[in-house]
Amino acid sequence: MEVTQRELVTMIHGMLFGGFFLLALFGALVLLLDRFNPDRSNSDRIAVGISPAQPAPRWQTLYLIAMVAAGWAAVLSGATIVYPWYRAVAPAGADLALYPQRLLMSHPTTAGWHNFGMEWKEHVAWIAPMAGTMVAWVLLKHRAAWNAHRAVRTTVLGFAAVAFLAAMIAGGWGAMINKKAPVQGGQSYQLMGSTK
Amino acid sequence: MTEIKLVPQNPANGPIAAAVLACGIGCFLLGVLAVAADGSKSLAAALNFYHPTGPLSGVTSVAIALWLICWTVLAARWRNKTLAFARVSAFAFLFLALGLLLTFPPFGDLFLGR
Repeated sequence: MEVTQRELVTMIHGMLFGGFFLLALFGALVLLLDRFNPDRSNSDRIAVGISPAQPAPRWQTLYLIAMVAAGWAAVLSGATIVYPWYRAVAPAGADLALYPQRLLMSHPTTAGWHNFGMEWKEHVAWIAPMAGTMVAWVLLKHRAAWNAHRAVRTTVLGFAAVAFLAAMIAGGWGAMINKKAPVQGGQSYQLMGSTK
Repeated sequence: MTEIKLVPQNPANGPIAAAVLACGIGCFLLGVLAVAADGSKSLAAALNFYHPTGPLSGVTSVAIALWLICWTVLAARWRNKTLAFARVSAFAFLFLALGLLLTFPPFGDLFLGR
């Protein structure tokens, strides 16, 4: 069982960074929905004009930082490592299997995977870490204002939902395009010995 | 034990408004640059910061830089202010929606008259 260098890096980009980011964003959405109506147990403090500014628990801080890091790692590794392999120009007579964009564009029935799918994915993907960063920053740095203003909670929830949608679009198209024209090549690594 | 700080019930929402609006503007600028680079060969060449990635490198780098600059400037201006958040939020969502639309290839093509 072997894997090529480009396949391995593509897996790290999509399944490790992208996959974790998508899962973590969904978790953040659940967290935001759970905390949408802040705890009213401190009603006596609210009644005298002060409210509790409980800092985010340590696990939430680490979780949100890891989520944002995974999001940026996904788009940066995609744009600077995987995408150049995808869009590389094939020399005359080359095997197009090593040039995914050229392979897709070589036939009218597959050109849409690039012209529509990749063109959408390569741009919309960036909206997810941008919005995810803003959401995490508000939750970590401005929890008191987030607790105090319903409009803030609604807005942050909306941006988190859009970040999730953008990440889903990018991840979904990435997975489908990589099935149609996989990024492959480079050195081969043996992951497991042959069963024979 | 978790520490609980007591703060005024209506803390300034300016820093959050700055973050939200800057994020919306950043997403909008990403969409604008993506469509503009698609429609103009000279702009695409100018945005080709990293040749293996092509114009996408410049489109995303410039959009992120503008987003962060916008965030920094707005955060400095609104540091201690309490704003009409619903209004700021409406503009932020409008920019975000336009940014999303502009990254959608059929909409970009329509915009470029293709």
